[in-house]
Amino acid sequence: MRGAKIIVVFIYILFLMLPIYWLLNMSFKTTNEILGGFSWYPQQFTLDSYITIFTDPTWYSGYINSISYVLMNTVISVSLALPAAYAFSRYRFMGDKHLFFWLLSNRMAPPAVFVLPFVELYSAMNLFDTTLAVALAHCLFNVPLAVWILEGFMSGVPREVDETAYIDGYSFPHFFVKIFMPLIAAGIGVTAFFCFMFSWVEMLLAKNLTSVAAKPIVAVMTRTASTAGYELGLLAAAGALTLIPGVIVIWFVRKHIAKGFALGRV
Amino acid sequence: MTVKPVNQKAWLLVLPVLLIVALNAIIPLMTVVNYSLQDTFSPGVFFYEGTKWYQDVLSSPRFHGALGRQFLFTGIILLIEIPLGVAVALAMPRKGPWVSVCLVLMALPLLIPWNVVGAMWNIFALPDIGLLGYGLNWLGFDYNYTQQPFAAWFTVVLMDVWHWTSLVVLLAYAGLSSIPDAYYQAAKIDGASAFAVFRYIQLPKMKRVLIIALLLRFMDSFMIYTEPFVLTGGGPGNSTTFLSIDLVKAAIGEFNLGIAAAMSILYFLMTLLVCWVFYTAMMRGDES
Repeated sequence: MRGAKIIVVFIYILFLMLPIYWLLNMSFKTTNEILGGFSWYPQQFTLDSYITIFTDPTWYSGYINSISYVLMNTVISVSLALPAAYAFSRYRFMGDKHLFFWLLSNRMAPPAVFVLPFVELYSAMNLFDTTLAVALAHCLFNVPLAVWILEGFMSGVPREVDETAYIDGYSFPHFFVKIFMPLIAAGIGVTAFFCFMFSWVEMLLAKNLTSVAAKPIVAVMTRTASTAGYELGLLAAAGALTLIPGVIVIWFVRKHIAKGFALGRV
Repeated sequence: MTVKPVNQKAWLLVLPVLLIVALNAIIPLMTVVNYSLQDTFSPGVFFYEGTKWYQDVLSSPRFHGALGRQFLFTGIILLIEIPLGVAVALAMPRKGPWVSVCLVLMALPLLIPWNVVGAMWNIFALPDIGLLGYGLNWLGFDYNYTQQPFAAWFTVVLMDVWHWTSLVVLLAYAGLSSIPDAYYQAAKIDGASAFAVFRYIQLPKMKRVLIIALLLRFMDSFMIYTEPFVLTGGGPGNSTTFLSIDLVKAAIGEFNLGIAAAMSILYFLMTLLVCWVFYTAMMRGDES
């Protein structure tokens, strides 16, 4: 029984790792070797693809642009969602349930629906082709998600904590920053992780809201793939590098990740 | 649980979120509604068309095809990912140093940009140089996803299972780890079978998180665009053209604004309807 369980988990993880291994394998090969035929590991090991990416500004600026809008979006989403989640978690007010569903419904809106109007909207605001435009556009799905997760974590904190603090003479902002936020620190971390994740992986909006100056790495990859023929080695290396931020943030929240995926509701 | 106090000032706390989401949701949605009711022949000049675009969309075989493929795809991946995810979660060790390692490795596919997922599988499944494609052909299957619709579907579904099953695993695992050890000991004393433990202890505890999993997987698979677009481009032919791919093709590729906008509205309403059903079910679960 125990052995069977280990085998199930092992096979599943193996299945997850194989395509990733294949990507890494390709990234250390020359394009000629890739197109030359099938091989389990690089015969002529090379770092050329990685060197190209780190020395060519059109490549590495893509990473800088992506990271900057992802960070901006994470900060905006979490800081706006914190007070809102507190309101939903602690009080009843007119239209609260409808409002909550309306917020969530934006997480359900297919980005494809919003591509064209977003381009018009952000052009009208003179923000087209800036990282700020992408950061704000990603708020469409990240803010509702952040409210949802934070509300779950906040509802796990007994209301007596708030009441005692108010009796002790704390003002709301003082109480919120000094007492309440440390209590849900894990929840804030998990929320930031999710905002980071969904902003990092999204491509459709990020690609269409930028053209030259703020081009994200995901767009650099697709355009390079279509214009310069198939530089498979380069493409694989660029893809492999996009794994790194994910690995870093996931390592930080590994202890809370299971609870976070349940949106704080376990 | 005590009842939450009524406080209308809470609106002030919600206001910033409201403004940013309204900027991103209401203005663009109104633009889409406008397009869906109007026609244009030159920039800035619009004519009211009533429900013409909606009638066009609803009677077009192309939309029916994309819609059918979308439901088939979502149905297949839910049928595979939910049971598989639960099975893997049940097989996970409950404690110990390996738990973190397993969780981190499993979460990895979730953090890869979607077009990289597509590109990765594009390479992985190539019949001549990809491990999957080469392996299948070596085993004697005639497999080429760029030419055979069935192979393309197989690859897209396998890619989605690879990409998202871990989400179900993590959710189910979170539900399972909230079960106190005492429950298992009691079941052991009563001599309960493994199935009885699953049916009466584990499944009820996982119910809430599984509804969340179902909701998230439904939403995201229903909106899927980037991964199949990069992998197959919607082909061969139209065989893997799902709703979003068709929509972007109509809006940006062909610049058929009226048709695209009407499709958008119908698409959004469908998603909303299904999600409302899930959401109501979930909230009812929260209350009880």
